[in-house]
Amino acid sequence: MATESKKVLYGLYNDEEDLKGAVKAAAKAHLDIMDVFTPFPVHGLDPILDLKESRLHYLGFIYGAIGATFGFMTMTWVFTRDWPIVFGGKPYWSVPAFIPITFEMTVLFAAWGMTITFYTICGMWPGVKAKSLDNRITDDKFCLAFDVTDATEGDVDKLKGFFTQSQAAEVNVKTI
Amino acid sequence: MSQAVAPVRHVLITGNKSYHNITEDLCTPTEKSPTREWIIAFALSSAFLGLYAFAIIWTVWKGIGEWGANRTINWAWDITNFVWWIGIGHAGTLISAILLLFRQRWRTGVNRAAEAMTIFAVICAGQFPIFHMGRVWLAFFIFPFPNTRGPLWTNFNSPLLWDVFAISTYFSVSLLFWYTGLVPDLATVRDRATGMRRKMYEFFSFGWTGSAKHWQRWEALSLVLAGISTPLVLSVHTIVSFDFATSVIPGWHTTIFPPYFVAGAVFSGFAMVQTLMVITRKVLKLEDYITINHIESMNKVIVLTGTIVGVAYLTELFIAWYSGYIYEQFAFYNRVFGVYWWSYFGMMFCNVVSPQLFWSRNIRRSIWWTFFLSIVVNVGMWFERFVIIATTLARDYLPSSWSYYRPTWVEISIFTGTMGLFFTLYLIFTRVAPVVAIAEVKAILKVAGDQFIGPDAKHGHDASHGSAAEKKQAKH
Repeated sequence: MATESKKVLYGLYNDEEDLKGAVKAAAKAHLDIMDVFTPFPVHGLDPILDLKESRLHYLGFIYGAIGATFGFMTMTWVFTRDWPIVFGGKPYWSVPAFIPITFEMTVLFAAWGMTITFYTICGMWPGVKAKSLDNRITDDKFCLAFDVTDATEGDVDKLKGFFTQSQAAEVNVKTI
Repeated sequence: MSQAVAPVRHVLITGNKSYHNITEDLCTPTEKSPTREWIIAFALSSAFLGLYAFAIIWTVWKGIGEWGANRTINWAWDITNFVWWIGIGHAGTLISAILLLFRQRWRTGVNRAAEAMTIFAVICAGQFPIFHMGRVWLAFFIFPFPNTRGPLWTNFNSPLLWDVFAISTYFSVSLLFWYTGLVPDLATVRDRATGMRRKMYEFFSFGWTGSAKHWQRWEALSLVLAGISTPLVLSVHTIVSFDFATSVIPGWHTTIFPPYFVAGAVFSGFAMVQTLMVITRKVLKLEDYITINHIESMNKVIVLTGTIVGVAYLTELFIAWYSGYIYEQFAFYNRVFGVYWWSYFGMMFCNVVSPQLFWSRNIRRSIWWTFFLSIVVNVGMWFERFVIIATTLARDYLPSSWSYYRPTWVEISIFTGTMGLFFTLYLIFTRVAPVVAIAEVKAILKVAGDQFIGPDAKHGHDASHGSAAEKKQAKH
């Protein structure tokens, strides 16, 4: 992934309600928000940020279906084709006995698949250096950030004015 | 008393905490040097871990003939301890998954520690069947993989193999669930740290920034993992009970086993969470996050599951009599009045009688009673597994093979040693990661903090919609 550095203008708010108010105001003023960073999941933020619902759970279903098929087909192949053995006079293809393992494989594949997908699409892996704007974002500050890499001075002033208006506690610029 | 919010909502965070206070309180235990209590506890549990290592090496070197298990009672302490530990693990998943689906807010105070407990308990449980195999260096034979021995496959129809799948899935899914929940909190610790320590937490927090989209996906992932962990946790103990229930041994082949085992697992798991949390909240000074209301909620679960288990014991006895099947009747007569009668009465007293004390609100809300009864319950649940396994096997179809079982020092050392393993892991965990989920507690502050709800609320429920200036004042 390209790691171009960005110049970011960001404001810190003291409360999630202030942040929500600011995001609403920014949307109204048609400002192009880069991202919003919060110390915990703030409910009600997604619709005003215009974030679509995550599709991760659809993938979870697909991974689960793959796991179920893989588990069931493996047992079927082993006991009917590769090495058929009679256990206790039961048929080779004893479907009810396959259910527990099929279920476990469904859960295993769904959980691992979704978790790996989650970390991949978020660009998160062991050792990835966080492009963190401020140490206090994981503590008690709520951050609204604008990308000002290509912005003119006038634009930056306009954004700074917006932060003052929306009662940001602090406004800073950082290159990440 | 008139209240601004519905009185059914309990205060779950006391002490008028701000977001910053929460970060401070929950991160500090990982940042200070260990307290004297911690060092003593760690020394003691590592001593038991050493004993465990010694007894295991002894077992592997000399063979499992060093155990008291014999040809009649071939599943003895090892499987008893295995089932006991697996059961203890269940409360973590119940708290983190099922209570998440039920939107029980009190889970946030205890879920992190309970999930850690699940993982450590499953590690302890795994030791027993693995070393019971005897030739432990061939333990990988339990996994089906293409091999040069035929290929010789595992028996997919066997409940013992289902157990392999259930427990390894349970372990790895619990680990994913726990760690993904931990990542934002590790980032919090990272952002407070400097130097080498910061580098370490940077590595383990995976580059978490707290972006809105990441939080959205994180919540979606947590919810689905909770959704699939719920049937998973029920399946695990169901499958453990199949180890017995699908056999043809009187006293074991009963259809009541799956629900009875699951209820028992939740029962013993909650008792272990109580034992740990009562100590943890005191030592790490977390009384504002793990309040009496949390403890009371867990005690309610204990009295419910304890009663379910009690009903199951009585149902078993009734069905044994009602079946008119003499072998079944003989097995249950033996359970109650046979050679191991003391363990049956221990089980009945600890699991059925003692938790009934929790009907009293004063006992439910008493730290000392909770701690004492949580230990009684765990002793009782250990007896239950011993009763099911040892008494049933001790008197089988052939009187000539009837036998009695006593553990040897090796088995006793392995069992007490796994407690050393468990507590060593838990104590390390309290030093390296926040034991309470920081982000999740912050997220419920405005609906469960004592400054917002309850008799001492300083603001009405609308406080969260006030102006920035007003709240700034309220926070400082």
